[in-house]
Amino acid sequence: MTRIFSALVIGLIFGAGIALSGMANPAKVLNFFDIAGSWDPSLAFVMGGALVVTAIGYTFVLKRKAPVFDRLFHLPTRRDIDLPLLAGSAVFGIGWGITGFCPGGAIPALGLGYSDAWVFVGSMVAGIALARIARHTMAARAAGKAV
Amino acid sequence: MTEFTPWLSLLGGSLIGLAAVLLMAFHGRIAGMTGILSALIPPLSSDWGWRAAFIVGAIGAPALIVGLTGYTIPFESPTPAPWLIVGGLIAGAGAYFGSGCTSGHGVCGMARVSPRSIVATLTFMASTAITVFVIRHVIGGL
Repeated sequence: MTRIFSALVIGLIFGAGIALSGMANPAKVLNFFDIAGSWDPSLAFVMGGALVVTAIGYTFVLKRKAPVFDRLFHLPTRRDIDLPLLAGSAVFGIGWGITGFCPGGAIPALGLGYSDAWVFVGSMVAGIALARIARHTMAARAAGKAV
Repeated sequence: MTEFTPWLSLLGGSLIGLAAVLLMAFHGRIAGMTGILSALIPPLSSDWGWRAAFIVGAIGAPALIVGLTGYTIPFESPTPAPWLIVGGLIAGAGAYFGSGCTSGHGVCGMARVSPRSIVATLTFMASTAITVFVIRHVIGGL
């Protein structure tokens, strides 16, 4: 129960940060990328603030043996640059550029009650679900060929 | 036009960073929205509880700020609904295959100086900038 309450409080801090920073506002996000037009550099301050705090905080946290509620830190270990990483990121950017919504911005935007955020998040969840089915199908086929 | 808000954005960004540090310190997890969300789509992962709680908190925070303080959080979505659906589908699928989005790669991975996250972040920042340029300055809007 403590574990769930802790995640809820951390989610509240994350959502408050997203809302105050302007990341939940698609027009503001799109203007950051529109250097040739109505440029709004605010997003650089969001990324800068988040990166500095996370980089400093992680160095202290990761010196500990384990997190409070788990036996180990779940850190990604892969270091290879493969096609899914590059193609997936490029495609994600097209979706972000069309809408101004990214997953971390859109989820807190749901709490503002505008239907646009719900339309985006519904489609995004469908996109993740379809991609997961596609990846499992491809993996199953690859395994079948190997046999 | 949107107003340039350096201090508010720096404060918000620092809170996002604080949440990322706390999620690692207490739960040992990367604060990546794509990863947290994808494990909540059936079939559920066994540790869905903290993930659901994090998302409830993330959605609840803006509602609480507006409800308790009366502060207006600016929101404007210029994209027509059909394009929101197209954009949502490809943003979700792309972030899934790319193993992360702005929060997972752009904040947590970059902070760990992960080579995969640096490449992913540079790739999607460039691709987003090109997409916005083409939509606004080549085809003149959606």
